[in-house]
Amino acid sequence: MTAAVAVVGAAECDLGLTGRSVLELQSQAVTRALADAGIALSEVDGLATNGISRFSATQLADWLGIRPAWCDSTFAGGAVFEMYVARAAQAIAAGQCTTVLISYASNQRSARSRTLTGVVEEGTPEAAFEAPYRPLYPISYYAMVAQRYLHTYGLGRADLASVAVAARERARRNPAAWTYGKGPLTIDDVLAAPMISTPLGRHDCCLVTDGGGAVVLTSADRARDLPRPPVTVLGYGESLTHTGMATAPDLLRTGAVDSGRRAYARAGLTPAGIDVIQLYDSFTISVPLGLEALGFAAPGEGLRAAVPHNTGGGGLAYCHPGQLGVLLLVEAVRQLRGECGDRQVPGARTALVHGTGGIFSSHATVILGVDR
Amino acid sequence: MTDAEAWWEATRDRRLLLQRCLDCRRFQHYPRPLCTGCGGDRLDFVAAAGTGTIDSFTTVERYTLARVRLTEGPILLTHLEGLDDPACDQPVRLAWRALPDGRHLPVFRSADNGL
Repeated sequence: MTAAVAVVGAAECDLGLTGRSVLELQSQAVTRALADAGIALSEVDGLATNGISRFSATQLADWLGIRPAWCDSTFAGGAVFEMYVARAAQAIAAGQCTTVLISYASNQRSARSRTLTGVVEEGTPEAAFEAPYRPLYPISYYAMVAQRYLHTYGLGRADLASVAVAARERARRNPAAWTYGKGPLTIDDVLAAPMISTPLGRHDCCLVTDGGGAVVLTSADRARDLPRPPVTVLGYGESLTHTGMATAPDLLRTGAVDSGRRAYARAGLTPAGIDVIQLYDSFTISVPLGLEALGFAAPGEGLRAAVPHNTGGGGLAYCHPGQLGVLLLVEAVRQLRGECGDRQVPGARTALVHGTGGIFSSHATVILGVDR
Repeated sequence: MTDAEAWWEATRDRRLLLQRCLDCRRFQHYPRPLCTGCGGDRLDFVAAAGTGTIDSFTTVERYTLARVRLTEGPILLTHLEGLDDPACDQPVRLAWRALPDGRHLPVFRSADNGL
C-alpha cells in the first residue's frame, strides 16, 4: 500500500430541526472537526463536499476563505463521502495536498425540501420510460428489493420490522439521535404505521432531518503529532451499478458485493477481522442485504447477523440529512477512538463503513483501523 | 426521431418494442445507440412477445408498480392491473392503457385471466 493516511478529526453539525442554512451548518461541521483534529483552517489545502450549489467545493472554499490545491465534488448520492475518503487518501499520498476536509450538511427538514417522488431529470431514460409509472423515488425501488427478499427467503414484514426496532434501541444510547428519549419502538408499532410503498411502511424508511458532519484527513506521519488517536485508512472500494429501476438483473445482488471485496483486498482483511460496521440504513431492507453482501451473513440470514453495526442508531433512528455517508464515518471514527460511552463496542480496532447512494445505485466501502 | 420517440410512437399501434443487437443477438430495454452486451452499434427494433414474469412489485396508494422480466430477457418497469394479490415469479402478459394523446402505456395483467 502507498503512504498511510489517517482520519484525525471528526464532528457533527447541529442535527434534527435546526432552522439553519446549509452553509451555516457546514461551518459548524468544519470548525468542530478542525478543533477536534487540532488543525487550523489555514492548514486545509484539500476540500471535498457537495449539496451546496453547482460549484459546491469552490463555494465552500469561498465561504471558508481558503484556496485549496485539491477538491472533489463527485456526486454519487450518499455513498460519495466514502469515495471522498479514497480520493483524499490518494491525493495526500501523491503529495497533491496535505490536509483534506470532507464535509456535508443539509437543512432538508427545516427547508421542507424533500418530496416522496424525488427529482425526475429531463433527458434521462428514467424520465422517458419510468416516470410515467409514478414510482416513489427512492422508496419504491427499495420496496421492490424488500418484496423480492421476503419472497425469496419466506419472510414477512414483521421480520424486517425488527431492523427498525433494533435501530431505535441503539439510538436510546445516543443523545444526539432524533429518536433519543422517544422510548422503544415495537414490531406492532412498525406494522401499524402508515404504508408508503408495500411492504415498506413509515418506520421502514429513514428519517428526514437536518444534519451533517465533517472529517479531517492527513498523512499518518503528521497524525502522530496531533491530539487524537489516528484512525488509519486501511482500504476502500467502489461499485456503480445503475440509475434505472429496471436495470439490475438481480435485485438482491447489490454493488456492495464488489465494493466490499475490493476494500477487503486492499486492507488485507476479511469480514472476520472487522469489529464494528457502519452501514447505510436508508430502509430496513438495506441492513440485512448489506450485511450479507459484505460477508457478515449468508444470503437470507442478514436479519440474524450478530456483528455490531449502526451503533448510533443510523439513518432509521439517529439522523438522515439526505446523504448519511459522512455521519457513518464520524461514528466509525468515534468507535475506534473509544469515545462512544454507553454504546461503545469494547476494544473496537477495525471498522467497516459502507455507503450507498440513490436506489442502491452507487456503493463505496471504507475500512478504518486504529492501533491500541 | 430519437430511439425513445420511436419506441413511444410504436405504442400507438400497441407494439412493445425491444432493441436487438444484430451482432450478439441480445435484447435490451430501454433503447440506446449501443449494445450493453457487446458494445456493438448495429441494432434494430423487434416487437416483444408480451409475456413475462413478475420479478418484484410494490403498491403505492392505488397503483401497483412492478419489474416484469420479459421472456426475451429485459426487465421493464411497469404497472400491474387487475391482480388483487400479485406474487413474485407469477406469469403475466402485456396489456395496454390508452393515453390522452393516442399513445399507449404498456402494463401487465395475469397470464391466466386473458385480457
